[in-house]
Amino acid sequence: MFQVRIHGRGGQGVVTAAELLSVAAFRDGHYAQAFPSFGSERTGAPVVAFCRIDAGPIRTREPIAEPDGLIVQDATLLHQVDLFRGVGPEALVLINSSRGVEELGLADLPALRRRGGVLTVPATELAREHTGRPFPNAVLLGGFAALSGVVSIDAVVLAIRDRFAGEVAEGNAAAARRAFAFVADEAAESAGARPAAAAAPAPGDGSGLEVSTRAATA
Amino acid sequence: MALHPVKFYQTGSFAVGNRLLPVRYRTVQSEPGRTNSLNSGHRACQGCGEALGARYALDAAMRAANGKMIAVNATGCLEVFSTPYPETSWRVPWLHSLFANAPSVATGVAAAMRAKGRHDVRVVAQAGDGGTVDIGFACLSGMFERNDDVLFLCYDNQGYMNTGVQRSSATPPAARTATTEAVGPEPGNPFGQGKDMARLAVAHGIPYVATATVAELHDLEYKVHKAMSFHGARYLHVLVPCPLGWQAASGDTIRLARLAKETGIFPVYEAEHGELTSVSRIRRPRPVEDYLRLQGRYRHLFAGDGRPDVVARLQAMADANIRRYGLVGDPEGDEAGGAG
Amino acid sequence: MLRQLEGSRAVAEAVGLCRPEVVCAYPISPQTHIIEGIGALVKSGQLEQCEFINVESEFAAMSVCIGASAAGARAYTATASQGLLYMMEAVYNASGLGLPVVMTLANRAIGAPINIWNDHSDAMAVRDAGWVQLFAETNQEAVDLHVQAFRLAEELSIPVMVCMDGFILTHAVEAVEMPTQTQVDAFVPPYEPRQVLDPAEPVSIGAMVGPEAFEEVRYLAHVKQLQALERIPEIASAFSAAFGRPSGGLLRGYRTEDAEVVVVALGSVLGTIKDAVDDLRRAGARVGVVGIGSFRPFPSAALRAELGRARTVVVVEKALAPGAGGILARDVTMAAAGLDAEVRTVVAGLGGRPITKASLVAVLEEAGRGGLESLHFLDLDHGLVERELARMARRRRSGPAAENILRDIGVVSAGAT
Repeated sequence: MFQVRIHGRGGQGVVTAAELLSVAAFRDGHYAQAFPSFGSERTGAPVVAFCRIDAGPIRTREPIAEPDGLIVQDATLLHQVDLFRGVGPEALVLINSSRGVEELGLADLPALRRRGGVLTVPATELAREHTGRPFPNAVLLGGFAALSGVVSIDAVVLAIRDRFAGEVAEGNAAAARRAFAFVADEAAESAGARPAAAAAPAPGDGSGLEVSTRAATA
Repeated sequence: MALHPVKFYQTGSFAVGNRLLPVRYRTVQSEPGRTNSLNSGHRACQGCGEALGARYALDAAMRAANGKMIAVNATGCLEVFSTPYPETSWRVPWLHSLFANAPSVATGVAAAMRAKGRHDVRVVAQAGDGGTVDIGFACLSGMFERNDDVLFLCYDNQGYMNTGVQRSSATPPAARTATTEAVGPEPGNPFGQGKDMARLAVAHGIPYVATATVAELHDLEYKVHKAMSFHGARYLHVLVPCPLGWQAASGDTIRLARLAKETGIFPVYEAEHGELTSVSRIRRPRPVEDYLRLQGRYRHLFAGDGRPDVVARLQAMADANIRRYGLVGDPEGDEAGGAG
Repeated sequence: MLRQLEGSRAVAEAVGLCRPEVVCAYPISPQTHIIEGIGALVKSGQLEQCEFINVESEFAAMSVCIGASAAGARAYTATASQGLLYMMEAVYNASGLGLPVVMTLANRAIGAPINIWNDHSDAMAVRDAGWVQLFAETNQEAVDLHVQAFRLAEELSIPVMVCMDGFILTHAVEAVEMPTQTQVDAFVPPYEPRQVLDPAEPVSIGAMVGPEAFEEVRYLAHVKQLQALERIPEIASAFSAAFGRPSGGLLRGYRTEDAEVVVVALGSVLGTIKDAVDDLRRAGARVGVVGIGSFRPFPSAALRAELGRARTVVVVEKALAPGAGGILARDVTMAAAGLDAEVRTVVAGLGGRPITKASLVAVLEEAGRGGLESLHFLDLDHGLVERELARMARRRRSGPAAENILRDIGVVSAGAT
């Protein structure tokens, strides 16, 4: 089982992100469960959502205390909220930012001990460029597909097209692919080798999902 | 001998309007073929204004609906005295749910008819003042706002009579009830703004609103019939004196209803979509005292030195109604509809 | 067709497939997406011959259902928590009148203090109202139970509520096999009322019943619930045959065959409990769990049989009767009367407090050792409680307890718990 926790602020589509991730995993032939953690609905307030992905039916319902993957949609949360609780050294972390990990002041993060474990991607900028709106949620999933290999970028694009329509869908899909490429490159650089193709199973082949947190470059 | 036009109208309990009228002007109640929606055998008090009003109103509604009507009833006197277990005096399909929800239940019945394509079946809801103006108010307002196709009949006897004469928001100022006793420096129900339900109904802008009393039964039938010619939310507020609660003689029910109108205390009018369309003028205005003295619930205003100050306030309220609605005026001017 | 979608959305579509004729509801978290979904189906014309009514309160919502059902229409509504309480009078009225209204209860805690998260206090508040109460473990089961509910309700002329955990199920996105219209039409025939407001055959419904007959009328309500006890498993079987998957029924056991410790619970927490059971089994403990599908009528005989020769029964419940203890536990205790088992109550998850596998494992290990107290509150922060009690002891004007405790916790955590 691969467990993802997504952090952001109300209004940024955090809940939608978790849902899209689960749909992408479904499209890839996995079982997936996405759900939000609710606080009072308020634009700008910190929001958390969860997504579990597994090869078989998922029974548990508890919030994800020890995520294998962490997506941070809003970097302003970094030193305000305990985002990294339960994030172990093997976890994969993707942060929406145009700055690098060191610049964000995250040098002490255990996950950083593993090269390529924590990456950033300028998802908001990519979103603005391709959709005209600063919603990084779907874009980040493209990056996460590259970082984790737990879903394929094609499935992410399918999920985006399921949920959105017309230009919004296409813009997000394009931005997601850009993010995928960006993160794949970033991961390759930090690993010092060219990345292999994404390790995620092909859509519909029903093969078991590796309970592994290794990124595409491992 | 010169011919003078003579108008007949009901006085006391003489059914002048029926015996001497052409058949087509007679009341539905005078027809042997009437539905008898509220059949005899119910357990209402002697002189119950509500039983009288309900009988006239429902048979008129059934006539207008070609016999295809469903009635919803709130908890209250009418519901209780009409269905003493194991009997029922209703000859129409009839549903009693709760005290506060007659408007919503009626909405549900109307929706069911629409869903099933039964556009021929009409829906009537009825409640006392408590189930309309107090506990039923939210549901009623919701029904109005949605313009659900329901005719809502409020039988206003100005208090929670079935449970022992407690005060409701329809209880007039100074009236004695079990929860506003005639004791202390301000005996009876306090003076306040009141809660003019008919006016609130008009303010909702619904297709048809009318007030009526059981003193003018032709008028009541006419208004029910008129209401049934509309679709959407309609409201009829009927003043029905309660001999027990008002502490009046059971033979005075109709007299009291007439006096309520003729003093200006109870304005009788019609409105459509928020605008007043007709007013029933007062033939011979009477001072409120004539009305109050017949009721034991106002006895404290006349005992000993009495409370002429309170009577004066009540008179002022009646006068204000007369001004607001133009209740006294040209006798050739428009009358409330209906014969007589 | 297998689809990955939000539980509320799945339920909305499932209800639509059952061809309701009158749907009305008042919005309340966490039911809103269900009602919005059905509203959209009606407004777009996908769901035909259905009147969708936006009412001004939950009390009005159930009242509209009462009127519609009495007039012969298939009626549906949904609510939670405070909304359920607000319609309480009408809830009793519907079952007292024998009207087959179906309602989704998106389980949510009842205030004060106001709390929008999941627990079962709302369902428990109406457990004696005479409604059938079915609990869904997953969104798949939530979908399936609605289809079974309409059939059960109309056969027996009894209202049925399908309980699904608010947020945990309603707002969870997971795979659901959606039935087809053809399948549902074959399973849920058109509504044939036992009593109906019909101008052609007038009847009076809702008269007062005095001491001469009230007891008999109420006894018949009990009989109806006992009939439901028979019909629920039959309908579940028929469903399984028609739709190809097990769903519903009175209860389901998991690894109970030789269990020494058996857990009993309702709703979605069963998933987490099963994971805990598997962990414990791997470690050699003989643990099993029974998921109650029908809480009302309560399946005493079936539960008794399922408990087998367990030494300890641990009821994990998301409800509390202050001053008395567990609620589900009481029913379980009665069912287990005469068996050799001891019943332990674990109150957990109140107001949405997460129930973790780790905590469950710990408490079940304790139960296995015979050390679990008869009433245990899972993950209760005793320190917080002690400090508030101390505050109250120090001065009379100690202030609102809830606010004191929140202040004690500090700034509300904005990250993951």
